[in-house]
Amino acid sequence: MSSTLDVPPRERSHGEAPGGASRAASRARRRRSGRLTPYLFLAPWFAGLLFITAGPIAASAYLSFTDYSLIGAPEWIGLDNFQRMFDDPRFYQSLKVTFIYVVVSVPLQLAFALFLAMILDRGLRGLALYRSVYYLPSLIGGSVAIAILWRQIFGSDGLLNGVLRFVGFENPPGWVSDPDYALGTLIILNVWTFGAPMVIFLAGLRQIPTMYYEAASLDGAGKVRQFIQVTLPLLSPIIFFNLVLQTINAFQTFTQAFIVSGGTGGPADSTLFYTLYLYQRGFGNFDMGYASALAWFLLLIVGGLTAINFIAAKYWVFYGD
Amino acid sequence: MATDLTVAPPVAATEKLPDRKKKQRPRWLAHTVLILGALLMLYPLLWMLSSSFKFTEDIFSQTGLIPERVTTENYPEGWTALPRDFGHYIWNSLVIVVGSIIGNLLACSAAAYAFARLDFKFKKFWFAVMLGTMMLPIHVVIVPQYILFAELDWINTYWPLIVPKLLATDGFFIFLMVQFIRGIPLELDEAARIDGCGHFAIFWRIVIPLSVPALATTAIFTFIWTWNDFFSQLIFLTDPEMYTVPVALRTFVDATSQTPWGPVFAMSIVALAPVFGFFLAGQRYLVRGIATTGLK
Repeated sequence: MSSTLDVPPRERSHGEAPGGASRAASRARRRRSGRLTPYLFLAPWFAGLLFITAGPIAASAYLSFTDYSLIGAPEWIGLDNFQRMFDDPRFYQSLKVTFIYVVVSVPLQLAFALFLAMILDRGLRGLALYRSVYYLPSLIGGSVAIAILWRQIFGSDGLLNGVLRFVGFENPPGWVSDPDYALGTLIILNVWTFGAPMVIFLAGLRQIPTMYYEAASLDGAGKVRQFIQVTLPLLSPIIFFNLVLQTINAFQTFTQAFIVSGGTGGPADSTLFYTLYLYQRGFGNFDMGYASALAWFLLLIVGGLTAINFIAAKYWVFYGD
Repeated sequence: MATDLTVAPPVAATEKLPDRKKKQRPRWLAHTVLILGALLMLYPLLWMLSSSFKFTEDIFSQTGLIPERVTTENYPEGWTALPRDFGHYIWNSLVIVVGSIIGNLLACSAAAYAFARLDFKFKKFWFAVMLGTMMLPIHVVIVPQYILFAELDWINTYWPLIVPKLLATDGFFIFLMVQFIRGIPLELDEAARIDGCGHFAIFWRIVIPLSVPALATTAIFTFIWTWNDFFSQLIFLTDPEMYTVPVALRTFVDATSQTPWGPVFAMSIVALAPVFGFFLAGQRYLVRGIATTGLK
């Protein structure tokens, strides 16, 4: 409206000619403002990047080289935090606990997910109901309420021991209070939440054309051969996707371990998950520098594992033609 | 199924009949496996529900689903067991949940519109950054976030839990909506443009109304995740006045060595009930949400 420089005299504004000129002007204006438009839409996201996600990653990189307890200014101490980390037995313990948890529970979870997805993919009646029932635990598996339930079920006076005593076991272990079994109860909890990868598998199985199976069975391939030679290769991108996702998720397990162990990671540090240890250092001891070093190491692990998964995928994931 | 006919002559189709019958028998087996599996999966939940109506001293000895002695005392007892009644914690949770839903709906859909429909410099790079943040564990950024929010004097307020959602930090939902918006025919945008709509009008009048399924998925997931979230609420809310449902629940098992299981289970059921409700009401969107983001 205000760009009057190239607008013709007023008298002509109702004539036939000006239409083209003013349209060109407005197009130019739109182009100018159009350059800004995407950034207006993205403004919140950029702010989030700066303050909530990417910015803090950089900040924690800096903090990992300092000694900082929220009071006073961070004090630069070079690599001391990392040196401390590699001399810290609880750091190694937390790594060990988390790795065992990931390596045992994720494959089990995916195996259950694939197995049930295969059964459900046969066009059974009640598919939607089964799918919902199996999916439900995934939604609530990370909640405090379920972690509390687990603590009771696997407690020394819990549901499981009630059943075991009923069938005649005299002295069943205390599961969550026994260092040999506590981590196992959390692995079971994670396997219990196989519904989310199952739904993804199910959607993937739907996309495999039935003609492949027909061709395979014409060639005399049995069910097992069909599974190995048709289902697995065609489903491998989905298996890969689930593997990456569930590995990352499992690495971040916190609530379950926190509740079941009462925040200690016990008994005897047997459920000291990496994130739980990070929490204890950062928000129990307010050792923010050390916690940042731990956080950065976690980022390296998760990034590294994802990278390994992606590289390994080249050898076993089959992306069609 | 119909392709069978074009590939094979009718004779082959009749030959297939016994094969079909063979398939039918394991169907029995499949249903049996599925039902047993479902019962096993649900047993802990059903047992918790039934135990919330048992006397605490009965919970351990009764492993069955039907209480021998029924009591409803656990619910009022659990409701008032903590310094504030449980409704107070539900209110705190609700404020955060509603704020988060509004934040995610607005901020993520705006960002998704830019990624799906607009051109700007380094778009691919920024998109990759966005995907990268989806995999970023919150534990990596929690320390600097805490320091920032402490500087702002936001600890023990709702802000540290709502503001990140207003800043579109849940990449998962941006991605979900980018996928969805890409599926909306461009012709609609063009028609609107000819009618004189700018990008904001197209976004608000065309894209948003057509994206309702993706928005519903976002709202439901945001509800469930925020309602269940424990880690960030534990860190940012340390004042018992500000406790949310998960943080309050935790104090039940923390404070006393002798956990009053009856009331605890009752309040756990109260905490899970809204999730069940949303799940039942919105499972269509949930399943579709996982399937589309999972596959594309």
